[in-house]
Amino acid sequence: MIKKTRALSAIGALVLAATPALADPVDATLILNEETEMVTRTAAPDHLSDTLDEVMSGWLFRGTETRAMQADDFDNPGMIFVEQAMDTWDTVEGTEDKSCASCHESPDTMAGVRAVYPKWNEAAGEVRTLEMQINDCRENRMGAEKWKYTGGTMQNMVALISSVSRGLPVNVAIDGPVQSTWEKGKELYYTRNGQLELSCANCHEDNYGNMIRADHLSQGQINGFPVYRLKNTKLNAVHARFKGCIRDTRAETYSPGSEEFIALELYVASRGNGLSVEGPSIRN
Amino acid sequence: MRKSILAAMALALSAGGSAAGEIAPSQVKFEDGAVATSLTGVPGDAAEGRKIVGSKKLGNCVACHVVSEQAEVPFQGEIGPPLDGAGDRWSEAELRGIVANAKMMFEGSMMPSFYKTEGFIRPGKAYTGKAADDTFGPLLTAQQIENVVAYLGTLKE
Ligand code: HEC
Ligand code: HEC
Ligand code: HEC
Repeated sequence: MIKKTRALSAIGALVLAATPALADPVDATLILNEETEMVTRTAAPDHLSDTLDEVMSGWLFRGTETRAMQADDFDNPGMIFVEQAMDTWDTVEGTEDKSCASCHESPDTMAGVRAVYPKWNEAAGEVRTLEMQINDCRENRMGAEKWKYTGGTMQNMVALISSVSRGLPVNVAIDGPVQSTWEKGKELYYTRNGQLELSCANCHEDNYGNMIRADHLSQGQINGFPVYRLKNTKLNAVHARFKGCIRDTRAETYSPGSEEFIALELYVASRGNGLSVEGPSIRN
Repeated sequence: MRKSILAAMALALSAGGSAAGEIAPSQVKFEDGAVATSLTGVPGDAAEGRKIVGSKKLGNCVACHVVSEQAEVPFQGEIGPPLDGAGDRWSEAELRGIVANAKMMFEGSMMPSFYKTEGFIRPGKAYTGKAADDTFGPLLTAQQIENVVAYLGTLKE
């Protein structure tokens, strides 16, 4: 440990002088469609107050053009997928001859739903992600086939349901019946996985704002999901992102929809309590 | 004569996963985070080490460190301190210890352990996301570690 002090003090001055906060999150405000001001940074929720002062949306860590694309629905390619989901919403399917609209009327009735998921479902006695709830309606209320968890049709629908909550604060419950799942998610967040022995926290808690190779590290928040990535030009699911990040630590990943990822999603969502729902957002 | 040496080498390879005369990852002796003995007995090749440090496919050290001397390598990271002057700050034995297993020098370090094969949680098969199989080995070979150490020794200010 003496060694470390020596090394760090030797280079300390140099680091400070050489990087004038080049990679800090920008100081910018996201106003959606020139009307809705979004909360992209806010005081950390109580459960994080020992760790972080502020929580920040991934939007703040992206480039000027990417940020601008997300500010206007006409420029946001994610909204094309939302429109596709509107057609699906009205499509009658399954043995019950019903569409989502048969029971839920318009998608607007889903305002506020994204903000509180994953959440406890009393009847089923389980923590449900939005994807799980949608598939439950398809299987058990429509008599239709489940959609693939990270597939296009599912993520389009998740994007539609998210889009009507944009601007509302993420507010997932972490106590009561979900507490043990939340604890499990927290443990996963701090586990140093894989041959590179890196936890989510190593990158997204200890190093947000820093560059790791070509990437500007954010806090790894999920308030913007599903995200449209310029890299693969489609909507990306929360669990697909988790999978990618774990794979990059040279680890054996978990599967989308697995118990582990449901727990991790609940925990990561709770780290963004207070940020606005942004999905579908734009990332590189 | 020649034949029997080859046979002995083949045996060593299949048994310990490392070549004859090499110190296997689990046998490396750390003292205050440093490793005094060469892992191979063969002097490190600094030019090879330079490539390993800058290459995404090999050490990928630049993912986390700036190495100003390798200005041609784009996107150098800033997770760890710049490696400029590492050869002034650290002895060869210390550098060997840091590169082989930085966690012995810096407790809990985020820097990966490049010469280690045991004690991982859910180790994968490279970047496939699948479980590790019998091709699993250290991130760098013993000689690659020596090459990197030789290169770091040249980084003086
Ligand atoms: C036959 C009626 C019916 C159909 C058709 C139906 N749902 Fe539902 N849905 C329900 C009921 C009832 C609930 C409340 C269930 C519960 O709490 O377990 C619900 C709950 C939900 C919720 C959670 C709302 C909340 O506040 O937590 C979502 C999201 C949802 N449905 C989406 C869909 C989608 C998308 C479709 C079409 C693919 C669909 N539903 C089709 C009856 C239906
Ligand atoms: C080696 C570093 C590293 C580790 C470890 C890591 N990530 Fe990431 N993650 C990244 C990078 C790089 C990006 C893309 C840039 C950014 O948004 O940070 C990213 C992006 C994300 C995003 C998208 C954020 C957004 O706004 O679009 C989420 C969510 C995320 N990571 C979650 C996780 C979780 C959960 C874990 C642990 C299972 C994890 N990450 C582990 C490097 C890492
Ligand atoms: C995932 C990020 C990461 C990677 C990859 C990485 N390092 Fe490091 N390295 C660090 C951090 C962080 C420190 C600071 C020590 C600490 O406090 O943990 C460090 C410290 C060091 C030091 C001592 C710092 C000094 O005083 O000069 C050396 C030398 C070093 N690393 C070399 C390497 C080499 C060589 C490689 C590639 C084989 C490498 N590192 C790869 C993160 C990394």
